[in-house]
Amino acid sequence: MKRLARFTSVLSPVAAVAAAFLVGGLVVLAIGESPLRIYGILFRGAFGSVDGVGLVLFNACPLIFAGLAVAFAFRAGLFNIGGEGQLYIGSFLCAWAGLSVSSLTPWLAIPLLVVAAAAGGALWASIPGFLKARFGVHEVINTIMMNFIAIGLTSYLVVNVFKEAGQMTPQTPKILASAHLPRLAGAARALGIPLPDANPLNASILIALAAVGLAWFILYRTTLGYEIRAVGLNAAAAENAGINVRRTLVLAMLLSGAFAGLVATNEVMGFRHRFLDNFSGGIGFMGIAVALLGKNTPVGVLLAALLFGVLNTGALEVDVFTDVPRELILVLQAITIILVVVGNEVLTRRLEQRVRPAEATGADGNADAGAATGEAA
Amino acid sequence: MRNVTAVAIVLCLVLTVTGCREPKEAQTEGVFRVGMVFDVGGKGDKSFNDSAYRGLLHAADEFGVEHTEFEPGQDADRETGLRKLAQAKYDVIIGVGFLFSEAMRSVAVDYPNVRFACVDFDVRPDETLPQNLAGLRFREEEGSFLVGVLAAMHTETGRIGFIGGMDIPLIHKFEAGYIAGARHARPSVSTTVAYTGTTPQAFADPAKGKELALLQYGRGVDVIYHASGSTGNGVIEAAKEAGKYAIGVDSNQNYMAPGHVLTSMVKRVDNAVYMTVKSVLDGTFAGGVREFGLADDGIAYAVDQYNEGLITDEMAAAVEEAKAAIIAGSIVVPKE
Repeated sequence: MKRLARFTSVLSPVAAVAAAFLVGGLVVLAIGESPLRIYGILFRGAFGSVDGVGLVLFNACPLIFAGLAVAFAFRAGLFNIGGEGQLYIGSFLCAWAGLSVSSLTPWLAIPLLVVAAAAGGALWASIPGFLKARFGVHEVINTIMMNFIAIGLTSYLVVNVFKEAGQMTPQTPKILASAHLPRLAGAARALGIPLPDANPLNASILIALAAVGLAWFILYRTTLGYEIRAVGLNAAAAENAGINVRRTLVLAMLLSGAFAGLVATNEVMGFRHRFLDNFSGGIGFMGIAVALLGKNTPVGVLLAALLFGVLNTGALEVDVFTDVPRELILVLQAITIILVVVGNEVLTRRLEQRVRPAEATGADGNADAGAATGEAA
Repeated sequence: MRNVTAVAIVLCLVLTVTGCREPKEAQTEGVFRVGMVFDVGGKGDKSFNDSAYRGLLHAADEFGVEHTEFEPGQDADRETGLRKLAQAKYDVIIGVGFLFSEAMRSVAVDYPNVRFACVDFDVRPDETLPQNLAGLRFREEEGSFLVGVLAAMHTETGRIGFIGGMDIPLIHKFEAGYIAGARHARPSVSTTVAYTGTTPQAFADPAKGKELALLQYGRGVDVIYHASGSTGNGVIEAAKEAGKYAIGVDSNQNYMAPGHVLTSMVKRVDNAVYMTVKSVLDGTFAGGVREFGLADDGIAYAVDQYNEGLITDEMAAAVEEAKAAIIAGSIVVPKE
């Protein structure tokens, strides 16, 4: 059972991705282009050069944070679709901190801004988290509404309070230079990898990898993580077992929001060095897709984010050098998600039918098996 | 079920292989190539971006240059996309819209052999541009002044409106020129001003444009000038629906609702683009900020078969007189 469930949870996303490429190929064919050529250009853009690989990692970086945010809440049974709002507030607080401090050594400035980013996201997520725990208000509605408020609020602040003087672009001035995360081109070259200086890949990817490890550690190696998973699988049972469900829900939302807020490390500290109004364009929502594809596990999120990074990087190449619109990639991503969801459902059902008699003997406490069956519900 | 899947997969593979065509990408050396990158709203906005695209097509047609164009999906793609074109050794790369200003600055420095031009470049005070970067700017206030004259002479209620896209200095120029022109022709005219928003998306929201326009028409305004990209498509639709008048912007939009578009303030982005390509070809390209206005036909107002019935001889005379005065410098149009 364990092994079969693990096999299914790996197989269904892989099969879905393969099927999505086939369907996407038909779409390309339908608009009169050769799928081989288009896919060739797509993968050349992503893997054809060191620069391309750097861009893949750069594009994957914010999706890792956003995916972790969604996955983490999901494990507690919460559907946090407020990642977009949380990352805006996190990014804004991060930039604000970087504008307020006039001089500070990087050893203090960088942690300060990272904490500000995480705190901003956590703050924004805590409101729907509290409303859910205290009044049982559904988090989906509240997180969506909080998105609008966050986008509107940051937009107002950037345009009316913090805008760079004499410029039309709605953005803040640059943040404190010592809080910039270094680009990785220099370090890569020291290791013999010819990453061009212009490549935007920066140290935020290291923070993202650390966040994946941290999420894994919290979920599987701490009491809180155990409680989160228990509440997510069955809140009533967790309550009976003596777990404080309300506290767990709020904490899960806080951590989820903090992961979303860390998107700022790439967007504000690593790349733009300022807050640009409306910069995200849906990273938070893409996080939902990443988490789904990654089966709500930290490592799954990492892999799914990398895949989306490949697609986004290749999409630009396709967009620039062919007549195929970039929307094709969006179609591809959407098909993947639909197929993952459908495939997961179908495979899980079949599995259950097959192993139900055997399962009656005892409860299955395994994390991965629990996740695979729990998510389908 | 299994058979169906197998057949489907085989079919896909067959189609994939047979679908192969000769790659059109293989460029021959020595062909002059132009890359164009669009702003929010993109190709097909019937306004700002389309005007730039027309200029590109005109140049392609006349000089036989190759061209490619794209619209960045996410903000970070602006700079990456420009770099990709530069790496692919495009000869000229044109960014359409001030949102490219920052990316242009950094990419232009890295590729000194590629010529860059940015429409509506967001120039910083005391900034010197690199020799391979041209910032193309327009004196929109001059053209706006002229359509303001026409609006004030056409209105029956004595009330005219303005709907801007994003609330920024660039669009304030349109507003300021328009109001100054209207007051010049008819000092008693009353004006109503609205902006769609404070973000670039404000240039791509036709539904909101229509809503704002209907609101103004409902209050007795009978001519509205829009400076709002594709948001203006909604304004023009509202004019048609309410039986009132709109004034188009950037491109000639008179045809979009014949009889209801009084005129269009044409910003000849197409000319600027065409001239940029031409200047690179004949070796006269120069970096730095370049301004286009009424005097060099960079800015104009549109009269064609769709609106000639709306422009009386008296109006035509007044607007031509104002135009001559602006060119001569005897009328100085405010920018804000």
